[in-house]
Amino acid sequence: MTTVQERPPLGASEADLELLLLIRHFEQQLLELFAAGELSGTTHTCLGQEYIPVALRTLLRPDDFVFSNHRGHGHYLARFADPAGLLAEIMGREGAVCNGVGGSQHILRDGFLSTGVQGQSLPVAAGVALHLSRAEAGALAVAHIGDGTWGEGAVYEALNLAALWRLPLLVVAEHNGIAQSTPTELQLAGSVAGRAAAFGIEHARVTSQDLGEIRALLEPLLAAARSGPAPLVVEFVTHRLGPHSKGDDTRPAEVLAAAAEHDWYPAVQDERFRQADERIREQVAAVAREVAARPRSVWADRGCR
Amino acid sequence: MTARVVADLNAALHSVMAADEHLHLLGEDVADPYGGAFKATRGLSGAFPGRVRATPISEGAIVGAGAGLALAGGKAIVEIMFGDFIALAFDQIVSFAGRSVSMYGRRVPLHLVIRCPVGGGRGYGPTHSGSPQKHFVGVPGLSLFETSAFHDHTTLLRRMLSLGHPAILFEDKVLYGRRMHAHDTLFHRTGLGTLDPCARFTVEGAGRADCVLVAPGGVAERALAATRSVLLTDEITCEVLVPSRLYPFDLQPLLPVLAAAGRVCVVEESTAGGTWGSELAQQLHTALWDDLRAPVRLVHSADAVIAAAPHLEREVLVQDTDIARAVKEVTAG
Repeated sequence: MTTVQERPPLGASEADLELLLLIRHFEQQLLELFAAGELSGTTHTCLGQEYIPVALRTLLRPDDFVFSNHRGHGHYLARFADPAGLLAEIMGREGAVCNGVGGSQHILRDGFLSTGVQGQSLPVAAGVALHLSRAEAGALAVAHIGDGTWGEGAVYEALNLAALWRLPLLVVAEHNGIAQSTPTELQLAGSVAGRAAAFGIEHARVTSQDLGEIRALLEPLLAAARSGPAPLVVEFVTHRLGPHSKGDDTRPAEVLAAAAEHDWYPAVQDERFRQADERIREQVAAVAREVAARPRSVWADRGCR
Repeated sequence: MTARVVADLNAALHSVMAADEHLHLLGEDVADPYGGAFKATRGLSGAFPGRVRATPISEGAIVGAGAGLALAGGKAIVEIMFGDFIALAFDQIVSFAGRSVSMYGRRVPLHLVIRCPVGGGRGYGPTHSGSPQKHFVGVPGLSLFETSAFHDHTTLLRRMLSLGHPAILFEDKVLYGRRMHAHDTLFHRTGLGTLDPCARFTVEGAGRADCVLVAPGGVAERALAATRSVLLTDEITCEVLVPSRLYPFDLQPLLPVLAAAGRVCVVEESTAGGTWGSELAQQLHTALWDDLRAPVRLVHSADAVIAAAPHLEREVLVQDTDIARAVKEVTAG
């Protein structure tokens, strides 16, 4: 008798599933901490978009350099699986990745950098890609941006450079249909694909949330970008389930409901999922309790000059 | 005869590029045969193929790319064709390169030099004649330097590239054609300070100065001309200090000289309002309050755009006559 191997939901491996859930519960924990007055400043959660860095995780190499943006917790956790370091950074506690100076949006750690100004990272990523193309054959500079960032001129200057100089630059456009509170149709003329085409840059549009499908689609494209080298724009059609920042969602209920229909979370409701879900929820809560009890972080080396 | 300033700068760029294979140079039209709008980069693209690149007209991107090269462990010099265009790279300089040195909670080395030709006097008009130094004063993680005919460019560039944080080099365009180290024989030249020395000009045989002029870059020769004028017509003795580092400004080595005179004019070509000179004046008032015999006098250009027609441009920009008038006023009391 042959058994039919059932395909796991979302094409997620055990490790994928754990990472998806880690990011989901981390973000929900942040919103709870905010509501409880435990966090200062602001934070931008990636609820609904967790699968993007998780899908990319197995396609990236250790020598790739990832540039993240304001909505970057998922990108960080997918690279380092370090919820305590990131939460300590956001809470300004001992063990913070950047001693609490950077906070939610400004993280630097081994080949990973995030910054809080839209579009700013693309020229820098082009410079890193230029370095990689000479020093680390096959390595990519990977820059995550949102659909709203296509309003910034820095994006086009960088795309022009990347295409002209054949730089190994992967631009990951997380197109969630809304730029803070402004829907795409009110802030983006034309399309992301059209813009990539204008520079002669390869563009791929990803509508699936299935990690296996995404990886199968992207694997040859990333390989070509590495070996070219050449820039590549990958546009994920995705959905932001939560607010832009904490509690600032002004979308009508039906728009939120439509976004929620695309949530990957209800799609993985098997037994394996239920066990992992509960375990990781508790694990993140324990991290939050432990980090909150730590002493405040210390900024010893301010040395800006 | 000594080399012209632009040739000295060009030799310096060759020297620092040859000394470090990780150093790149980016800029608009910097490649041969053009060699840069002011020819400072002549010969570099041939001598260092792959490390010297002519770029698109994209100031933000090329400064950002330079910062990326530096972030990845390399070093970069970026040329902005006219200093006015540095405003297009403001975000990359102030909010990325400057901040990245410290905003990640620890010191992140970033070896980046941004060169920009500045200043008027050549009739280039409102968008090609500015002195944007004042817009970059007081940015955490950013140092400002200004070239002169009295500072060796190889030493200066080596120093800037060794800082480990971004630095801007302002190059007054009127200096490019001048001869290095050439000055009026009326003056005796020495130096003040060791790390970022000021060139110091005193009048041969004169006693204590009545006034000290602090005048960087392109205004140094106008300050020397004014000094000659007030000495010969009014018997006022000045000395002139030409700093190479504008910010942070190391006042310490200058204090004895400034205190002895008790009267100071800070000269710059920037248009009025929120200037480098006003920052320096504040420091001087704090450090020398008991020694000053008059408020530190600022001499700068008018609060106006820089006109194209030569007669209108002269009305806006600081002239040696403006400096002489300021010296007479500050020493009158």
